[in-house]
Amino acid sequence: MSTALPDSLVEIRDDFHALGEKDRLQLLLEFSNELPELPPEHRDRTDLFERVEECQSPVFLLVDVRDGTVHVHATAPAESPTTRGFASILVQGLSGLSVESVLAVPADFAFDLGLTSAVSPLRLRGMTGMLGRIQRQVREKSAA
Amino acid sequence: MTAPIDPDAKLQSYAHPERLVTTAWLEQHLDTPGLVIVECDEDVLLYETGHIPGAVKVDWHTELNDPVVRDYIDGAGFAQLMSAKGIDRDSTLVVYGDKSNWWAAYALWVFTLFGHEDVRLLDGGRDRWIAEGRTLTTEHPSPTPTDYPVVERHDEEIRAFKEDVLAHLGKPLIDVRSPEEYSGERTHMPAYPDEGALRGGHIPTARSVPWARAAAEDGTFRSADELAAIYRDEAAIGEAEDVIAYCRIGERSSHTWFVLTHLLGVPRVRNYDGSWTEWGSAVRVPITTGSEPGELPDR
Repeated sequence: MSTALPDSLVEIRDDFHALGEKDRLQLLLEFSNELPELPPEHRDRTDLFERVEECQSPVFLLVDVRDGTVHVHATAPAESPTTRGFASILVQGLSGLSVESVLAVPADFAFDLGLTSAVSPLRLRGMTGMLGRIQRQVREKSAA
Repeated sequence: MTAPIDPDAKLQSYAHPERLVTTAWLEQHLDTPGLVIVECDEDVLLYETGHIPGAVKVDWHTELNDPVVRDYIDGAGFAQLMSAKGIDRDSTLVVYGDKSNWWAAYALWVFTLFGHEDVRLLDGGRDRWIAEGRTLTTEHPSPTPTDYPVVERHDEEIRAFKEDVLAHLGKPLIDVRSPEEYSGERTHMPAYPDEGALRGGHIPTARSVPWARAAAEDGTFRSADELAAIYRDEAAIGEAEDVIAYCRIGERSSHTWFVLTHLLGVPRVRNYDGSWTEWGSAVRVPITTGSEPGELPDR
């Protein structure tokens, strides 16, 4: 399958690249603070969520596919703002996209944000893990 | 030393009580001239979410390592770093961080490589400060640059290289990784991605003491008696005067280095920072698998 970055992620990437290194971390912190709350119907359904084993901190994901549109939900602890920031980027950047657009996101998108010298490769691989799991869930849940 | 010593009773039971301060002491001494508070966390964004008033951030990932060679920064780089943080050669440093001071101990160990004299850890670290409801701020300090001198890094005393470990075999070694990494079931921490080692297991004769055992439930260090029971008795270092600790890349073992050196008073403790990512990929070094320390290899 060919890869392409959807406009939503292009915009996020460009926002990071427009900043100096210190401010990029600040932007990541803003994403971390903006991780959307879970919708009420998911709040007590931790059994539906998938643990992202690639992340040091407990990050949980749930993907809904409704009428060909993807919705991503995630939880991550406030004590892990970096991981939470990455989860928030994916939740905000992927929700509302079509199945095809989500599956076309390049696997190494995390390394494209201009954060490779500010954030350890471990963390970036954690984000890659999140993306991979989201794409797998999308594939499973959109299979007719 | 520029700042007074914390007279707290628990701290006095350690070999070097001057290497720790309590949260209560720090709160009373926030404005002490010559005292600089340094936060060093595993999560490099935590400081930005709120930190102890006046604290400067040291980023283990971008500020302590040489960007190219697998080594630490040199004397000039260290002088530049200290100056930028407003630290003088005779400043008292109180270092703290997340996860029971895991990365704070690592920063403190690197500061010690450069012979910075007065370095202390905040007992209980970031989590304890927050749990006790003490003040946090998101205000960034703007330190005045100092004239920190360019000093040589002294690796011999507290840092071990692979050859040093080979020569040390037969004397106490502590493996501070998780039991699964020690036995060789896995080459990286549970729930952490693999940073790469070609073989699993441990250095023959090394005793397994996962680093976090040195911390109590509340994140503070265990009492001197409890630490002695863990390291001197259970891990059988006894009265040994020369111990090497290692983990995967040398950060968790800095925490154990701090415990053995400053809390138990072992005369010579070295941190093997090459650790398993080097040993587990090196050609023809001896390795033991399973949960037992294993036999000393024939040489």
